[in-house]
Amino acid sequence: MSRDSGLSLPAMSRLSWRYLWRNHRRTVIMLLAITVGVWAMIFMTALMRGMVDKMIEDGIDALPGLVQIHHPAFRDDPNIENSLPAPGAELLEALASAPVAAWAPRVKVPAMISSERDTRGVTLLGVDPAREIELGFDPQSVVAGRFLEGADDQGLVVGRKMLERLETELGKRVVVMSQDPENEIADRGFRIVGVFEGKLPSQEEQWIYAGLGTTQKLLGMGGAVSEIAVTGGDFRDVGALHAHVRAAVGEGAEVLPWTELDTYLGLMLGVMDGFVLVWIIVIFLALSFGLVNTLMMAVFERIREIGLMQALGMRPAAILYQVLLESLMLLALGLLLGNLLAVATILPLRGGIDLSMVAEGFEMMGVSSTLYPALTRKDLVMANAVVIVLGFLTSLLPAWRASRYRPVEAIAKT
Amino acid sequence: MTLNLRMAWRNLWRHKRRTWLTVTAMIFSNVLLVFMISLQFGSYEMMIVNTLQTFSGHLQVQAAGYQDNPRLRTSIPAIESLAQALQQTLRETLPGARAAPRAAAFALASSERRSFAIQLVGVQPSAEPGVSTLPGLVTSGRYLRDGGDPEIVIGSVMSRNLKAGVGDEITLLGAGRDGSFAAGVVTVVGVFDSGSADMDRGIAEVPLDWFQDAFAMADHGNTIAIAVERLADVPPAVRVAAAMASARGDEAGSLLVLDWNDLYPGLRQAIQADLFSGWFMYGVLIFLVAFSVLNTQLMSVLERTREFGVISALGIRPRKLAALVMLETAQMALIGLGVGLLLGWLVAQYFNVHGFSYPGMEQIAERYNLPGEMYPRVTLGTLLLGPSVVFAFCLLAAIYPAVRLFRLRPVEAMRAA
Repeated sequence: MSRDSGLSLPAMSRLSWRYLWRNHRRTVIMLLAITVGVWAMIFMTALMRGMVDKMIEDGIDALPGLVQIHHPAFRDDPNIENSLPAPGAELLEALASAPVAAWAPRVKVPAMISSERDTRGVTLLGVDPAREIELGFDPQSVVAGRFLEGADDQGLVVGRKMLERLETELGKRVVVMSQDPENEIADRGFRIVGVFEGKLPSQEEQWIYAGLGTTQKLLGMGGAVSEIAVTGGDFRDVGALHAHVRAAVGEGAEVLPWTELDTYLGLMLGVMDGFVLVWIIVIFLALSFGLVNTLMMAVFERIREIGLMQALGMRPAAILYQVLLESLMLLALGLLLGNLLAVATILPLRGGIDLSMVAEGFEMMGVSSTLYPALTRKDLVMANAVVIVLGFLTSLLPAWRASRYRPVEAIAKT
Repeated sequence: MTLNLRMAWRNLWRHKRRTWLTVTAMIFSNVLLVFMISLQFGSYEMMIVNTLQTFSGHLQVQAAGYQDNPRLRTSIPAIESLAQALQQTLRETLPGARAAPRAAAFALASSERRSFAIQLVGVQPSAEPGVSTLPGLVTSGRYLRDGGDPEIVIGSVMSRNLKAGVGDEITLLGAGRDGSFAAGVVTVVGVFDSGSADMDRGIAEVPLDWFQDAFAMADHGNTIAIAVERLADVPPAVRVAAAMASARGDEAGSLLVLDWNDLYPGLRQAIQADLFSGWFMYGVLIFLVAFSVLNTQLMSVLERTREFGVISALGIRPRKLAALVMLETAQMALIGLGVGLLLGWLVAQYFNVHGFSYPGMEQIAERYNLPGEMYPRVTLGTLLLGPSVVFAFCLLAAIYPAVRLFRLRPVEAMRAA
């Protein structure tokens, strides 16, 4: 650059910096606009990311697990007939090694629960409590009584809402009815030993937990299970876990990652990436008009000087570089301030934003009502890269025009 | 006044490129706002209408306490005659109003091979099509007939799960209103496919007369679903129904009228949450455009310092100069408004006819009872809302440059470079 123009880079930087502050009001206004734009890009992205991450995490907790093994017909027809045999040696070995972090065998069948006052349809979950907790069940969510204590626990844990619906209470007995493999009604009295609070209120009415062994005995299914849920690693990168489990499971069982178990959740991740990019570009476009305008005005004001410098031997290329440098300085400064502002506003919100005012609305979207902004490096890099790269490209036009003035005409211009 | 207008117009075009860039920024945000807002409102309306039309109706009459805790015995006596009376009274003011009585209970449904807990709804077969689209969505067999025969219509997923189709028998087990054991055998006469997996899996309908017999309800029922022609008819319908319900309610416990907002609190909140995040985004966009205007107008004032100095030395008041700057801004913003509105309208209208969709939307939309394509709602309100806010903020942005003129000292200004 310096050889072309006869001006060293430090000299040109100083020149650009001074030009930038010659009309400080204009520069400050543009700087503010860039700062607010960059802040909005990052802040909004962090909020949306946080919302979608929470939605996916809650969704995965509800599945539960990142990968599940089912009988091929189970998902379409969740019947006891479509159960899996107890995991064999090969699968057990695979489930004990990385990347598997935890796994749980579960019985999951439609059932009816009756108190002396009312009857409801529910999903009966037969679980191994210790494994269920490893998989993500939060023991803190049992708000009264206790969670199950073992696979052969004789008690039942129901949701808080279900307790109200059935007009019964902790310690009372209820009857659970389902179907055994011969399509005979299988029923059994259970004592309610615990009450849980669901992440989403609908879960409190949908799930009841009983011991895995107790449930298998009730339904006469031996060691069979409805599903095996497996977790391990980050939800964004489920491929390795899926492949690992799949290799250990032979034909005759279906192994699916969460993105396919809940296609809505899987899609959200992709749609979110698209949304972030569109949002960043829209904000940039809104900024770009102001940016071009500012540069054009700055160049217009000093046409005479440009002409003079050219007449003194400065090359057009040097003028182009100088204007670009000026633009990049403005952009870099705006990015710096915008990033700082974004971090400064997101950090205090790390503890979560309480949105319980519209909790039921968020439940429709599958989100619980506390929102945790998620600032990811990927989004930060993307926002900054878009502004610098596209900003550079939009500055080319005014910079190129500045370099095309004819010295004599430029000097003659008033 | 015309002189001022002409002067402002000429000033505006002294820097053609600058003015056009600023106007383009306005047009850009206006088109975006018009499209986004009409799309938002289009999807809200569709969300409400689709949610309500399939099953619940626009409003419901229920016994007090039923909404929070829907129990069979929280019931309305003589429900069929009440529903009929309601429909008659409503039609005096709202000719399109329809009312249908219902009763609902959980029951265990068993086919030959399967058993599932379901939500069993007793309906009046002739009245039901007026308030719900389910009867029209029967894809095999037929809908129920009046007369109280032991027949049932089930959802497509339920039919698959129960492995029972038209002609098969289903045994229903539940608890009656008095707590007694309720049981009966019904024949599947139809299968509906609503497109909502939850509904197709969980809901089955039987004739109300049969339901009342089987569940020891006598002439009781649980809800009266009411449908009106337009969403705007809901508030007057609620008033009429509430008056009737309170007159009637004194006889046996109190009756409540709930509109769609009470029936689905989540629906309104989802809309509010979406509106809120929408306005945050629009706010940022409008702010950036306003800054663009501020910059342009400030520069245009600063570069005319000498000129303004001369004019004010000639005795023109600063107030007039400020008005001139505001007028220039207003003209610029008007062009932005006009062109933005026109282009935005064209875009919205195009998608209003052809539908708007993006990859993956179909599955996401299903969650909100929406079809795979969205149709923007093009009304004067959705068209003007965004651009008029942009217009207002552009004018606000010009206040600072205009106010600066009050501090103008003619002599110094004339000496300015």
